[in-house]
Amino acid sequence: MAWDRNQMAARAAQELQDGWYVNLGIGIPTLVSNFIPEGVEVTLQSENGMLGMGPFPYEGEEDPDLINAGKQTITELPQTAYFDSAQSFAMIRGGKIAMAILGAMEVAENGDLANWMIPGKLVKGMGGAMDLVAGVGRVVVVMDHANKHGVSKVLKDCTLPLTGKGVVDRIITNLGVLDVVEGGLKIVELADGVSDEEFRAATEATLVD
Amino acid sequence: MKKVYPNAAEALDGLLSDDMFIAAGGFGLCGIPELLLDAIKDSGVKNLTFASNNAGVDDFGIGILLQTKQVRKMISSYVGENAEFMRQYLSGELELEFNPQGTLAERMRAGGAGIPGFFTKTGVGTVIADGKLEKQFPTGADGAMEDYIMEEGIFADLAIVKAWKADETGNLVFRKTARNFNAPAATCGKICIAEVEEIVPTGSLDPDSIHLPGIYVNRIVQGTHEKRIEQRTVRQKEV
Repeated sequence: MAWDRNQMAARAAQELQDGWYVNLGIGIPTLVSNFIPEGVEVTLQSENGMLGMGPFPYEGEEDPDLINAGKQTITELPQTAYFDSAQSFAMIRGGKIAMAILGAMEVAENGDLANWMIPGKLVKGMGGAMDLVAGVGRVVVVMDHANKHGVSKVLKDCTLPLTGKGVVDRIITNLGVLDVVEGGLKIVELADGVSDEEFRAATEATLVD
Repeated sequence: MKKVYPNAAEALDGLLSDDMFIAAGGFGLCGIPELLLDAIKDSGVKNLTFASNNAGVDDFGIGILLQTKQVRKMISSYVGENAEFMRQYLSGELELEFNPQGTLAERMRAGGAGIPGFFTKTGVGTVIADGKLEKQFPTGADGAMEDYIMEEGIFADLAIVKAWKADETGNLVFRKTARNFNAPAATCGKICIAEVEEIVPTGSLDPDSIHLPGIYVNRIVQGTHEKRIEQRTVRQKEV
């Protein structure tokens, strides 16, 4: 047993605090917006130039001038504000965004993050990921604990080119939750039905108490 | 001084040459200067370097200039939607310089503001830092020193942007997320051409609601835009 994509997103949503401005990455992080707890108001930033991102539009109401960072059509909310890309990253780099929730290919026990390129494969680019991890208050990674070959993605050292060095604060996987602390990673929580033993066996990184 | 031109080709007249450096606005296919890109294609000018967040798709945006092999180098943050781009890049025909998205935007803003270099935390400890000047500043908790890298401002020969409305003096208003890179790109060219959906009489825009003042815009052209949607996502109406 372990968490599925929606359960991982729901767990990540528990990280949100009332009044925060937050940036959600593509993939499972996008699902987090479906699980924002009752009584918690967060404003979603889209780094292409928008605060106050709304849901997908109803069919027939798509606006080509209104997209998110994943280039999907979206809608605005009463509190929405638009701005240009330089200002968007000024608020990211300037530490005004409280948290980014991002996907990852690898995370290391020192908080290193790799999520933008695999050498020798098609390289698409880092987009805004390097700016986000360098600038926001807190970086939470949501990803599967292992890759499709069953190899741990929670590592002693990243093998792929880094997106940021020592930038990750918390890791949420299908097996549980980890914090980056002095000397390694600390288990915060185990997913439903996952034993401590299983979790440790699936993790390459150093685990500390 | 008359800034309004009848079409994109005439707006570009006398400004294009081989090997030039062009900054272009747009994010994905949203807010791209599609009419000017078409006209640049028709001009046959080649060996171009583009600073643009993305490279369009195969048959739209900067992609059309890749089909005709008019582009030598791209400075971009994300090029994932373009098969022809990948083919030319992997075969060595096309040079690619990846910039983190915020670094690219700030390089344009800085260039337009007369700032040749700036320090940023973005990319520290990654391949982006290779070969760049590093310096520490006391920005951490309790004045702790933190690492920064220097990035350079972009000074382009030409800027091409898309806005929603312009008045006859070049004051621009953008619409929703189509503003994106258009504002910073407009400022970093020696010359800037803006294509718009509507040119309105001078005096009819609220001076307090102008997104980019006309001082940055040398030429304006009005036209009909396709405004293609890259990822159409919708939700169902609840019954």
